[in-house]
Amino acid sequence: MAVRTATYTLMNRRAFVLAAGAGGLALPSWLQAAETAPAPVMAPFMERTQQFQDALSALLAGATPIEGKILVELPEIAENGNFVPLTVSVESPMTDADYVKSIHILSTANPVARVGSFHLSPVNGLAKVQSRMRLAKTQDVVALALQSNGIVLIATAMVKVTIGGCAS
Amino acid sequence: MAATKPRIKIPESAKSGELIEVRTLITHVMETGNRKDREGKTIPRDIVNTFVATYAGREVFRAELGPGISANPFIAFWLKVPGPGTFEFAWTDDSGTTVVETLPLNVV
Repeated sequence: MAVRTATYTLMNRRAFVLAAGAGGLALPSWLQAAETAPAPVMAPFMERTQQFQDALSALLAGATPIEGKILVELPEIAENGNFVPLTVSVESPMTDADYVKSIHILSTANPVARVGSFHLSPVNGLAKVQSRMRLAKTQDVVALALQSNGIVLIATAMVKVTIGGCAS
Repeated sequence: MAATKPRIKIPESAKSGELIEVRTLITHVMETGNRKDREGKTIPRDIVNTFVATYAGREVFRAELGPGISANPFIAFWLKVPGPGTFEFAWTDDSGTTVVETLPLNVV
């Protein structure tokens, strides 16, 4: 009687990979050589809450806002998100023929998007308002100015917040 | 709780046609409605929601405020003095209470 002795070729993983690669097999990624390129730097994503988008659409009422002539003054970094000084000024003659009817402040990341609306008329002489706002976290603040001639002006300012305002 | 202690800053005197700044402040917690008390219950919203300024009987400025306005709301606006008159400032909060402060402007 013949005794058959099986012979096993001990194949290590490296050999298998090479052989498989040579043989044209598609390998799962964990078997392939690791990619060593550094991960790309991602720009921080500035969120826009749905509430903000709805409030913005409602105020725009179909108009296309234009940038310029409206200045939003906010600190670049707010140490205390509970008291962030804010000034919005609009270049406008403030005459009966051409004046700013209202200025609106919108937050893109607070629980409530509409921060304040200020209504003006030619008697104000200057389209400028000041207040203090709460910022829940680092975000863009958007100011809109609705003019008597139907034009809507828009400006955005980004504020970095160190300590967020109490769930405003 | 109603707003208290309104403070107004206007120039000591102004000429007709002059541009003046009006600075206003009032004490009010401006409770956002997002905070919880020690038991975990939500503290209801209670803010000054409207501020109206009239001068010589006509409205010269109106603001609608949301919970995003800081406690003790500070509001400043400008006025081109139309002539002699008295300011009337009214703050209304969510409970419907209105606090009124009047102040004459010395027009020279």
